[in-house]
Amino acid sequence: MPDDRPGPARAGGAGITRDEVAHLARLARLAVTEQELDVFAGQLDVILAAVARVQEVAAADIPPTSHAVPLTNVMRPDEVGPCLDRAAVLAAAPAAEDGRFRVPRILDEEV
Amino acid sequence: MADELTRRTAAELAALVAAGEVSAVQVARAHLDRIAAVDDRVHAFLHVDRDGALAAAAAVDARRAAGEPPASPLAGVPLALKDVIVTQAVPTTCGSKILQGWLPPYDATVTARLKAAGVMILGKTNMDEFAMGSSTENSAYGPSHNPWDLSRVPGGSSGGSSAAVAAFQAPLGIGTDTGGSIRQPAAVCGLVGHKPTYGGVSRYGLVAFSSSLDQAGPLGRTVLDAALLHQVIGGHDPADSTSIDAPVPALAEAARAGARGDLAGLRVGVVRELGGEGYQPGVEAAAREAVATLEKLGAAAHEVSCPSFRYALPAYYLIAPSECSSNLARFDAVRYGLRVGDDGVRVLEEVMALTRDAGFGPEVKRRIILGTYALSAGYYEAYYGQAQKVRTLISRDFAAAWRSADVLVSPATPTVAFGLGERVDDPMAMYAADLCTLPASLAGVPAISVPCGLSDGLPVGLQVMAPALADDRCYRVAAALEATAGHPLIDEVPPL
Repeated sequence: MPDDRPGPARAGGAGITRDEVAHLARLARLAVTEQELDVFAGQLDVILAAVARVQEVAAADIPPTSHAVPLTNVMRPDEVGPCLDRAAVLAAAPAAEDGRFRVPRILDEEV
Repeated sequence: MADELTRRTAAELAALVAAGEVSAVQVARAHLDRIAAVDDRVHAFLHVDRDGALAAAAAVDARRAAGEPPASPLAGVPLALKDVIVTQAVPTTCGSKILQGWLPPYDATVTARLKAAGVMILGKTNMDEFAMGSSTENSAYGPSHNPWDLSRVPGGSSGGSSAAVAAFQAPLGIGTDTGGSIRQPAAVCGLVGHKPTYGGVSRYGLVAFSSSLDQAGPLGRTVLDAALLHQVIGGHDPADSTSIDAPVPALAEAARAGARGDLAGLRVGVVRELGGEGYQPGVEAAAREAVATLEKLGAAAHEVSCPSFRYALPAYYLIAPSECSSNLARFDAVRYGLRVGDDGVRVLEEVMALTRDAGFGPEVKRRIILGTYALSAGYYEAYYGQAQKVRTLISRDFAAAWRSADVLVSPATPTVAFGLGERVDDPMAMYAADLCTLPASLAGVPAISVPCGLSDGLPVGLQVMAPALADDRCYRVAAALEATAGHPLIDEVPPL
């Protein structure tokens, strides 16, 4: 999609479009309204342009950092211990039945 | 008497209770009364746990009556707990509608340690939703107000805890800091707030926003109070695989040593990139004066340059939203929280989507969408991957700086408290509040904000950063600065 608007150059082509925002919202399981899409698309476009600045940094041979503490493979002894109280957990659930979480159906009727 | 009790520091209250001069129940009542008197204007609390606080206080008194020593140096002291930390059977909302009415089935490690220490948790405080924000205006339950000027924000995301402590509703608060959410509210409320070295305080039961950055930490009116609280909550936790397996340094001792006012030999690095455009002149002036004060105490200050710090904001606003988009996937209408649209016909996916749209506020949605974008195929390398590399460069800038400096300083935030409503429609303007605090978050190093004066009658905080695990250095320097003022800045707050 061509970007005719003036503005900072964006790596990877045009800034984020309304359709892209709708797609991302679906991926993230967010049923955003039409109104929200309008507002978010504009705001995210601005934010994306700002965060895209990370691409200005020459970092070809820099290793990425995922976390600041130098910890790896933190293990605990393989011992069975108590779990959360089932009743307390299910009492806080949106719906519970027979000692389990009750969920809406997963498959469509047409399957 | 009650008024006097609420003006005391945590250290003073603990001493009074230990000496039997006042009961923990009296202390709790005085603070609960204060909350009742002023919280209609401050709105620091989302939930006040009157019964729980009084029961905990009674337990402290019973222990003393039985001749046992205090459970900790903070036994009998009340505290305001940010609502992102789970408390068993006490409502925990994270400032969100999606958890309205949720009662956690367990205590966070921070909560458990506070209880074991004889600290009375007065209630859960307001916050930006899921810790995303710098003003509490993203709370689903309305903003909190800055006790210095009720028309202004108390900062965020730990704005409720900060407002509570600054309003003398509690001498201690717990906040969490991901990009500055303890340090910035502390600065704009005239308090001391510390972000521990990453891994220094357990995240078990701290509802996750950005797991590689989140840290719980202390808020207080004095450096010593913050240090005492940090010692209670800090330390290794087997339930948190990212917690550091090392004893908590002697932080209260460092605070007391600092208060003696001798900083001879300390090398202070003033970070060039954390200043200039976007910074209020009054804030920069107060920070400069603070550095001059440190020099009078024997420190040697010089400018250091950390060029990668200029990319801390874009890197953070890629890393944090990415991690949050993953972390907040758990709010799916299945195991806890809100469920909307379950009419017996709709499939699970639809119910999830409707629930999340109804339950999350706009800032949370923006960050989830941004994070989803940054992590998606085709964009991952250019955005999230690149941000992780910037994170490495920021850590390297810190490492280079430590060769010539023992601590690094800057303002804690570019401006004094801004007005409620001023930045809500401009996300980038809101994000700018984090400019100073983000580098230390990304590198995982400890950083404290300590009051360093007023600008136009509003508090300014100096940020003091130290190498990883050197939290004691932050407290020492902060205490030295605090001691030169003669009294805590918060004593100057206008009465409510």
